[in-house]
Parts: sequence; C-alpha cells; structure tokens
Amino acid sequence: MRWLGLMVVVVLALALAVVLGPAHVSLADLTTSDIVRSLRLPRALLAFLVGGSLALAGAGLQALVRNPLADPSLLGLSGGAGLGAVLAIALHLNSPWALPLAAFAGALGAMALVYRLGLVGGAELDPRILILAGVAVGAFTAAVTTALVSLSGAAELRNAFLWLWGGLSGASWDSVLLLCVYAPLPVAVLLAAARPLDLLALGEEPARHLGADVEAVKRRVYLAASLLTAAAVAVSGVIGFVGLVVPHAMRLLWGHRHRPLLPAAFLGGGALLALSDTVARVAVAPRELPVGIVTALIGVPVFVLLLRRWTAS
Amino acid sequence: MDRELILDVRAVSYRYPETARDALAGVSLVARAGEVHAVLGPNGSGKTTLLRVALGLARPATGSAAILGQPAAAWSRRDLARIVGVVPQREDHLFPQRVRETVLLGRYPYLSVWGAERPEDQAAVDRALARCDVSSLATRWIWTLSGGEYQRVRLARALAQEPKLLVLDEPTASLDVRHEMELFELVRALADQDGLAVVLITHHVNLAARFADRVLLLADGRTAGDGAPADVLTRETVERVFAWPVSIASFDGRPQMIPLRKQEEHS
Repeated sequence: MRWLGLMVVVVLALALAVVLGPAHVSLADLTTSDIVRSLRLPRALLAFLVGGSLALAGAGLQALVRNPLADPSLLGLSGGAGLGAVLAIALHLNSPWALPLAAFAGALGAMALVYRLGLVGGAELDPRILILAGVAVGAFTAAVTTALVSLSGAAELRNAFLWLWGGLSGASWDSVLLLCVYAPLPVAVLLAAARPLDLLALGEEPARHLGADVEAVKRRVYLAASLLTAAAVAVSGVIGFVGLVVPHAMRLLWGHRHRPLLPAAFLGGGALLALSDTVARVAVAPRELPVGIVTALIGVPVFVLLLRRWTAS
Repeated sequence: MDRELILDVRAVSYRYPETARDALAGVSLVARAGEVHAVLGPNGSGKTTLLRVALGLARPATGSAAILGQPAAAWSRRDLARIVGVVPQREDHLFPQRVRETVLLGRYPYLSVWGAERPEDQAAVDRALARCDVSSLATRWIWTLSGGEYQRVRLARALAQEPKLLVLDEPTASLDVRHEMELFELVRALADQDGLAVVLITHHVNLAARFADRVLLLADGRTAGDGAPADVLTRETVERVFAWPVSIASFDGRPQMIPLRKQEEHS
C-alpha cells in the first residue's frame, strides 16, 4: 500500500514534469512534440535520477556517520566541484562537456582528500572525522573558488558560479544516458549495504559481533554515496535539502530498517526533485527559479506534516 | 565423554599501542560445550581485552586464540557470528526499533545479500524469543522495556545466531535481584540443556561462584586464579586482587564472599 502510493507519486511527478511547462503543448501532441521529446522528458528523467541519487546517498550517509542530520553537502564535494568548474573556465576549456567533467573531477579530488583525512592510522575510517574533513575541505575549496572569481572579475567565471547553482536546465538525453550507465553500480553498492547499516546503528563493535565486516561496509558506503553525489553535482550543480529531508520523511513512513528505507528514499527523492523542477520552470515563467529553493519550499511543509502525524501517534 | 572444545585461548599477551604495560600477559581460557566460565577481576584488569583477543578483534602479541581449532583472527566476521553470540556491555540505539526486529538482526550471518528472511530465520527468532521468555514482548519498542527485559531480548538476539559459544559482558549490571537471578538461571540452563559454552564477564563474585563451573580471576592483566570457584575464591586471593578485606563463607558447597567493614578487619 505504501509502495503503491509512492509509485503513484513517482508516476504523477514525472507526468506533470512532461505535461507542464512555459510553452503550451496540448495533450494530443504530447508524443510528437519536440519540446517534450528533447527538452521536458530528458529533464524530468534527469531530475528523477539526480533526486533519487541525492536522497539515497543521504540515507546511507546518515547511518554511516551516525548522525540523522548528515547531508551529502557535508561531504565537501560541492566545493571541489565548484573549484573544478571555475578552473575549467579559467583555462578556457570550451567544449560543452568540459564544465561537468571538470566539476566531476574536482568532486572526486575532494572525495579522495576527505577519504584520506578520514582514515585513522591509515586503516580505519572514522565517520566523525570524515564529516569534519568534509566540512573543512568544502570550506577551503569554496574559499579558493571565490578568490579565483573575485580576482579575475571575468564574466565567464561568474558563469561558472551560476552554472554551479544552475539546476537542471542543462539536461539532455546524453546526460540522462550517462547517469543511467554510471549510477547503477554505486546504487547497487548502497542497497547491498542495507542490512549491515542496520547492524552499524548498534555501534561498530556490536555490528562486528553480529557478523558485519564493519570496515568494508563503511568504506563502500562512503565511496558509493560520494560517487553518486559527485555525479549529481556535476550534471545539476548543488541541490540541497533532498538528501537530508527525503530519508527522514521515508523513515517516518517505512521505519528505520534500511532494506525498505533505501529504495524508498531513491524513489521519494526522485519524485521530489522532478516535482520541484516542474514548479521551478512553471511558477515564474518565462524565468526559472533555482530548483534548490523549490525543493525546500515543497519539502519542508511535507516534512513538518509527516513529523506532526508521527508525533501524534 | 570429552566435550567439544570451542574456545581455546593459550597464554595470550596484548599491549595497546603507545602504552608501557601489557593489558594482558600470559592469560589462558579454555571453554568446552556445556561449561560456564566466569571472568572476574577489578576494573581495568583486562577482562574486556581478553574478550577482544578471544574473538579475533585484537591480535595477541604472544600466545594464541583459537575458536573451533582455527585462529580467531582468521575467521570472517560472518562465519564467526554463526558460532559465537555476544551480548556486549553497551550498544547504541540510533534509530528506534521493535523487539522482533532487534532479534532478527541475529540472523544476519545466515542471510544472503539480496534475499529476504526465510521461514527458518523467522523460526529461529521465534525459538530465541521463547527461550528467553520474551515472546510476549515481540511487538514492543526497545525503549519501553525494563532493564531485565532488555537484557533478555539482547540475549535472544545472540541465541538467534544459533551459536555454540555465548559471551556476555556484564549482563546483570544495574539489574535487581530477581532479574539478575533470572538471567543467571537462564544462562546456566543454556549451558546444561542446550550445550552452549558460556563465557561470562561479571563483577558479581558471589553469583559467579554459584553458577560458574570455572572462574578465571584477572588482576593487572595477569591470571590471579583459574579453576573451580572453591579453589580460586580463597580469602587471600580475593583480598589481594580486589584490595579489600573479605570473609569467605560456604553456601551450598560454593564460596561466598562477604566484604568486611573497616573496623571488622582482622577480627
């Protein structure tokens, strides 16, 4: 019943994303319209994949660092991605894929640095240090990026900033296909870690006694969550809130066992971002709202509603 | 009939990195099926370190720790969890959980990555809940349980692992007399009726003396006594290890310790 409801929400969100838009396309022309086929459909699918990835990464991360307030933005990846994008522009790399690729490379660089800092004594991954390292690396790369932008003053560097906060307007079938090829592996790694994450919630030592290979689980969850987040940032810039609130909302509905929670978070995150992007495109057409603002405007009331229902029962 | 040798810890030493003193030095602990071993000793005497070495979580500098004939550290955590069930001293409850869900976690070492819980897993959970007399609590939230219920639920989770060796780290700390006795009786029955080997870390000298087959007394990481309770828990040994004057009485053939008031010393 809950799953059916969630599936209905997903289908509804995708349908609205295809039907609604600043340009009027009648329902009869839906399948033949170029606007739908080359703009709205890939953008809806990309929003779904990015939102799902962010929510899944957030759910895994919250269990890993044992903090329900953890969010993929704490991994320090967006700072690295921004630095990569700004460097690409400063170096006049002008191919259409240069920006996302450079952002992705920057995010991976930040990930490697955070991971290295999080390894205690070169062997064990300490989730608390991981978060601190993520915040530190994120702040440092953001500072370097801002310094580059303010020193150069070039209009194109401002474009890099705008791009980083730019949402999903760059969506294309290429980016959808790329994500469809890239995402399954980290998604599968996270879903496979569902039961070990349940054990990890008891603490590392109790999890070991129950048969979990704790170090391997921590490493896999961190790397998979980071890789998903890095790809999401590279194709759509920084979109906050989805990774924090969707897992919480799904916990209220599905409980805390990660086997149902993780797939529910993916579907819920996808639906939320597809819906938010539709609102971002339509609300003040022909201009667009930053989608991150919309995720917050839609997500917070839903979350508060769930929270009230939960505390009442 | 020789009982199955399950835990075989021989003369292990262990030192934590960057410390000057051995946390364990030449300690042995051999546990066979159906035996209850109590590990006693003051705070910081090495009880929990011994447990970590025995379960392959810390590698001994010298000596050896084997479970079913294979070095403890060579077991995969998953395979070991099918042989050894542990009730740790402390654990976190990051997310709220119901009793049955908690006990089901004990089936983890038997489940495949993608597969659901099988009927045999549910049956094992039912048996474990019944064995610990907590079947009626199955749908309760963990945080609504009393201290005694909570410990029996955690014991049920360890039993759901269907282990041959049960390890309990101070299971009755902060329990009242009735719940304490119920837990010790249950543990004794698991050894006598179900043939489990039990290693029990506890501060309760008198309960250890009454329920355990053998007592291992640790002091400063060294063995201060090892054997039947009556042989180990003599007045001289207990006074030396716990640094407090005591009198030893006999009850039901088992030694019982009575700590003395300061003015009663040497009376």
